Amino acid sequence: MSPATTTNITPSDTSGPARGPAGVQPILAARGVVKRYGKVTAVRESDFDLFPGEVLAVVGDNGAGKSSIIKAMTGAVIPDSGHIYLDGEEIRFSSPNEARKRGIETVYQTLAVAPALDIATNLFLGREIRKEGFLGKLRFLDKKAMRIEAKSQLESLGIATVQDINVPIENLSGGQRQAVAVARAAMFGTKLVILDEPTAALGVKETASVLDLIKRISARGLPVILISHDMPAIFEVADRIHVHRLGRRVGVVDPKEITMSDAVAFITGALAIPVDGQVTEHFHEHHSA
Amino acid sequence: MTTASTAPPKARGSDRAKEIFARSPALGPTAALIIALVFFSIATSTFLNLDNFSTIVGQTVVVSTLALGQTMVILTAGIDLANGAIMVFATVLMAKLSMQMASSAAVLIGILVAGGVAAISGLLVTRLRLPPFIVTLGMLAVVTAVSALYSGGTTTDVSSDSTLTLLGKQIAIGSVNISYGMILAAIMFVVIWMVLGKTGWGRHVYAVGNDSEAARLNGINIKATVLSVYVVAGIIYGLAAWMALGRSPSADPNAFQTGNLDSITAVVIGGTSLFGGRGGVVGTIIGALIVSVLRNGLTAMQIDSNYQNLATGVLVILAVAFDQLTRRRSS
Repeated sequence: MSPATTTNITPSDTSGPARGPAGVQPILAARGVVKRYGKVTAVRESDFDLFPGEVLAVVGDNGAGKSSIIKAMTGAVIPDSGHIYLDGEEIRFSSPNEARKRGIETVYQTLAVAPALDIATNLFLGREIRKEGFLGKLRFLDKKAMRIEAKSQLESLGIATVQDINVPIENLSGGQRQAVAVARAAMFGTKLVILDEPTAALGVKETASVLDLIKRISARGLPVILISHDMPAIFEVADRIHVHRLGRRVGVVDPKEITMSDAVAFITGALAIPVDGQVTEHFHEHHSA
Repeated sequence: MTTASTAPPKARGSDRAKEIFARSPALGPTAALIIALVFFSIATSTFLNLDNFSTIVGQTVVVSTLALGQTMVILTAGIDLANGAIMVFATVLMAKLSMQMASSAAVLIGILVAGGVAAISGLLVTRLRLPPFIVTLGMLAVVTAVSALYSGGTTTDVSSDSTLTLLGKQIAIGSVNISYGMILAAIMFVVIWMVLGKTGWGRHVYAVGNDSEAARLNGINIKATVLSVYVVAGIIYGLAAWMALGRSPSADPNAFQTGNLDSITAVVIGGTSLFGGRGGVVGTIIGALIVSVLRNGLTAMQIDSNYQNLATGVLVILAVAFDQLTRRRSS
């Protein structure tokens, strides 16, 4: 992406390195998004920016609206107002499926895998490869192609230890299931991947391997949104931290600049986010180095 | 990434056995069928001959076909209590219409109406989100009543109509008589088996039944998938109606009153899970054959038919218990 790309996305007044390097257009951005559930306002005039190639952690207390703003951007819920931009183009998804078609993949906390079905089937669920020719016209599936593709995908992400691609998901450990769901997102995500609490249910070792997986996806150049409460995990993999409080983004911070207790203080509101200029500079250095 | 963290946990022997049965749910029923065949071949002198086997298959062909549709509905975590009633309505409709129009048109309309009636169940399940058990229980009563009203409660004889009874025609291969109905049922079985196992739609049927929310999040249109299953099942019930007229050339509104339960019995004994997403038509055919073999064999041993019902009931409970046990795993 050329730094000279012009954008019609208005600058955000939220402090922190939210604007990113000068002239770089965010992959996914939101301005003034509002989402109400009945009388409850989950997201109030919140902004959001995800820049190319970064791992952005989204943190906030339970009920702060961090999941809601992500859902509002990906069509899982419909925002009441506000603007959403994908690659600078204003968009409004009315279902998660539309977002998927534009290359936005989400790994839900529930993983959204069918436990009785095997790994290859789950990886291609809803996006099966059909056979070529007449059998394909009859909608017959190319199971062999799917198995080969699934295996190479798992191997390229370092999940090759799942030996048998025909094993039902329910026979896998929690970490392996998470790995399959993440691999599916990485396989079809062309714009970005969203991970919702990927380490919440995992042990120490399994968490480490999922974090490795996130690093591998990021190394492919695919930006990642990591919704999480797991501070050590966030500080290990995130490039920037989007802090959400009381329904809106209160700021974006660089994990290299702050301590975990700072981050917790930002989330609870005990500490104000550092001033705008200071952190922007760090962000700039980090990405232009 | 450390290899150890993602290596599959070492399976214990019992887990291994559970896994094998979970991956091939038709394995247990197949073993049961073979045991039954061997047992009755040794225990009776009249059981083991080809002629008797064609009788066994012939006796189960209509219920097997109903069970084929039932399998698909149960795979979506649904159930169809109205399938027998829909089939009976289709027989009555075919018989009545054949008096006013070409019999082939009557058969076609009967099959399509069966699909349409099942579609009503499907729409109520998908649009109003009513439980399939309640929807099809209601449809069972409604369709049974409509059949009775439409036929005036009387049986219509169709034995002189060569089109309506076409599937009862037999071709003799040696001493074995195979009806057209058996051939059609076999073709349908193969087609449904391929569609469920080898097409995207088939995988979606399993996914919807296994975890509908996961299926939805993967972009599968749950409502369309479930509705299409009811429609396809309904068309299969319509074909079963045509087969039934071939076997017994009369449209009796009071026939097949236990068709629904018999088809569920075949599905369950065949290892398909009532919770959806697990099993398939291979098991169902074997399940239907087990019931038919059991009845035939016990009759050959001159055992009271009440004991046959008792044995079938015990089998159903065993099959569901087995399904539950293989589903419970230490994960």
